[in-house]
Amino acid sequence: MSAIQTKRGAVAITGLGIVTSLGVGAADNWSRLCAGQSGVRTISRFSTAGLKTTIAAIEHEITADTLTTPERCKVLAASAAEEAVARSGIGSRGRFPGPLFLAVPPFEIEWPRRIDLAAASNVAEPAFADLLRAAAGGAFRDIDARCQHASVALHLKSEFGTQGAPVSLNTACASGASALQLGAEAIRRGETDAALCVGTDSTNVEALIRFSLLSALSTRNDPPSQASRPFSKDRDGFVIGEGAAALVLESVAAARARGAPILALLTGLGESVDPFHRTRGNPDGTPVAASMTRAIADAGLTPDAIDYVNAHGTSTPENDKAECLALSNIMGAHLPRLAVSSNKSMIGHTLSAAGAIEAAFTVLTLQHQRLPPTINYREPDPEIVLDVVPNVARDAVVRRALSNSFGFGGQNVSLVIETP
Amino acid sequence: MTGSDRDVWITGVGLVSPLGEGSDAHGPGMAAQSLALNTSDWAPYLYHPLAPIAFDQQIPKKSDQRQMAACQRIGTYAAGLALQSAGLKGDAARLARTDMVVTTLGGERDMSADAAVLKAVRGAADPAASLNETLMTELRPTFFLGQLPNLLAGNIAIVHGVAGSARVLLGEEEAGADTMRIAAARIASGQSDCVLAGASYNGARLDILLYLVSAGHALAGEWRPVFERATTGGGVALGSAGAFLVLEAAEVARERGARPIAKLTGVISDAAPDDPAAREATLQRLWSQLAPQLNSGSAAILCGASGAEPATALERRFLDRLALPVRATASRLGHVGQAQFPANVAIAALMVAQGRLCPPAGALEAAVADDRSVGQIVVTGVGRNYGEALALVEAVGANP
Repeated sequence: MSAIQTKRGAVAITGLGIVTSLGVGAADNWSRLCAGQSGVRTISRFSTAGLKTTIAAIEHEITADTLTTPERCKVLAASAAEEAVARSGIGSRGRFPGPLFLAVPPFEIEWPRRIDLAAASNVAEPAFADLLRAAAGGAFRDIDARCQHASVALHLKSEFGTQGAPVSLNTACASGASALQLGAEAIRRGETDAALCVGTDSTNVEALIRFSLLSALSTRNDPPSQASRPFSKDRDGFVIGEGAAALVLESVAAARARGAPILALLTGLGESVDPFHRTRGNPDGTPVAASMTRAIADAGLTPDAIDYVNAHGTSTPENDKAECLALSNIMGAHLPRLAVSSNKSMIGHTLSAAGAIEAAFTVLTLQHQRLPPTINYREPDPEIVLDVVPNVARDAVVRRALSNSFGFGGQNVSLVIETP
Repeated sequence: MTGSDRDVWITGVGLVSPLGEGSDAHGPGMAAQSLALNTSDWAPYLYHPLAPIAFDQQIPKKSDQRQMAACQRIGTYAAGLALQSAGLKGDAARLARTDMVVTTLGGERDMSADAAVLKAVRGAADPAASLNETLMTELRPTFFLGQLPNLLAGNIAIVHGVAGSARVLLGEEEAGADTMRIAAARIASGQSDCVLAGASYNGARLDILLYLVSAGHALAGEWRPVFERATTGGGVALGSAGAFLVLEAAEVARERGARPIAKLTGVISDAAPDDPAAREATLQRLWSQLAPQLNSGSAAILCGASGAEPATALERRFLDRLALPVRATASRLGHVGQAQFPANVAIAALMVAQGRLCPPAGALEAAVADDRSVGQIVVTGVGRNYGEALALVEAVGANP
């Protein structure tokens, strides 16, 4: 490794941590992912009475149902970060030698606390002024602190001792990838030798209902494990997922200097903005194609050098079609040699965390030289002619992979990750 | 930053606030505007309402306006003003390469929907089922979509054609400072040639007031300048603002014949533990990084203090030691959260461009004479609960 000239702009990935509905820790996640297990289950955390969708890829092992969404996001992120930092061996306990970039969903007061507030007003049908009066007593100080968008980032900074202002961000479904991109760019600028990049997300009843009202979710509730069907003809929407992943990024020079294990190299960052529509991507796939093309060019590669694509692959009719169209336009004659799979078939769509979790799985794909499958692939879509690694994982030579994240609202990010 | 970094010019400024819009309302003439204050709607709390805006001027399609929450309209409008000020409006080729770094508030609650849910849940045999049923009928998905923070970037892309890239930070006051820091760093390092950076904030929201009230941070009763609220426990009077800047590499701006309004020399930020002494020490440490670049004869402070305590008192102790002329914008615009720091960088640019501050408001601001020409302004950002940031904005010579 040390004899090889690492390409300009490459950033070393020296640690990773994962927690999803499949389990806690990268090892368990990887083995279950490759076994084709689904983390999608019937929701028990909250009542789904009267709802069209009653399933999600909920994380149960370390997040208690009684916690609020910000608290669960914090627990998930801290678990992933602890694993990533330990694995990289960087810094010392409570002192990470670089900044934090955290992808999180926006937070707000949730229904149980809102109902508490209404009850504290002692008015049968409280007007907003009554809620304000109840809040003014000092018994609801927690809602301001907890609902700050930066609450999770501040916690992680304090626990892991990251340097400088912790940056929280949200570019919808591209968030996790945006966090990696911001970290890699800070290293490329020479501002820092290391960055801790984390994506985390956890769901709640109102989030589920919002996506349900947009007809974005699968309603195939039974059996839950078969609802998420990326690239299949009979796909009917995504399944909400939860989880977090953390990646330790370092300059290649710093990682080598301390003899750190380089798990993979992040070599290409690409993004695009899709001004087509507020909530729908351009169906011709040109913006997502631009995101991929830019990442590949940033890595100094041509499209035919890519062996594997960790697809955005949400299992919605529109996304999977546009992603396939974009891939066929970019890859041309290389397409039949390309493997493309969607982790979302098993872990659901982890939204703000997805870009980080799927980048971490891409690193594991390179490390293990094994392609995780797209499960629930029974009815091929004639419009999607891709090798989706159907249903069963398989060994393969994978040197260079692309990880795609396309945001609702028009932000697309693609990352090129290579073996060291 | 290193010596090989490129200069970062501010070539466009777009501001809209309770004082009005544009350079005249926000430069050295700022205090000449009458203070906009609403003391009745939320009594005993008060807020600074946004000046009337002809949104059609920057967002011509009504269909676009309808799909945006107020916060998004304010930001998209201010972004248009900034692009116009930089001479980039309608320059499709450059805008397609222009990057965005933005931040804003989370989504506004639908008050009538929330009230309907609270009413339905109260006394229901199965409160959880009742919650679901009411949310299914009352939530408006388009209302929710119109408010996702990342759609601020989406809307600017759709309306103005800015399509290079989009980074959307989340957070409170600190996120506004970090949009400036990251945008400037990308330009200085050559990662970007031109960034539209900024924030929008809609403070005319009862759901935002609820957070302030729960924390004991809402100003009630009589309005006073931010540094004169401490004796009664301090407090925030919310305002609303859109604040966008076009930041450009000096060499790129020169090439297209664009003139700088000012130079953004540096932005530094941190987040100390939640303790006034630690926060003050962090502010002092950040200051020691900028101080060598300052000429005490022409430097001034544009302060983002919110009025909330103890943050405002710790910032005041820090400012008192500096003995430089100070202006606090929350005493004029109200507290505008994420938009405060970007607004203050923009206002500082307008002030150094003319070499003078606006007239003082209150005793602290009048304490240091400001009859000298102002060539450098340090913008301070001390968040209501966390976050410490400084930016240095400097005048550019006659022949840059």
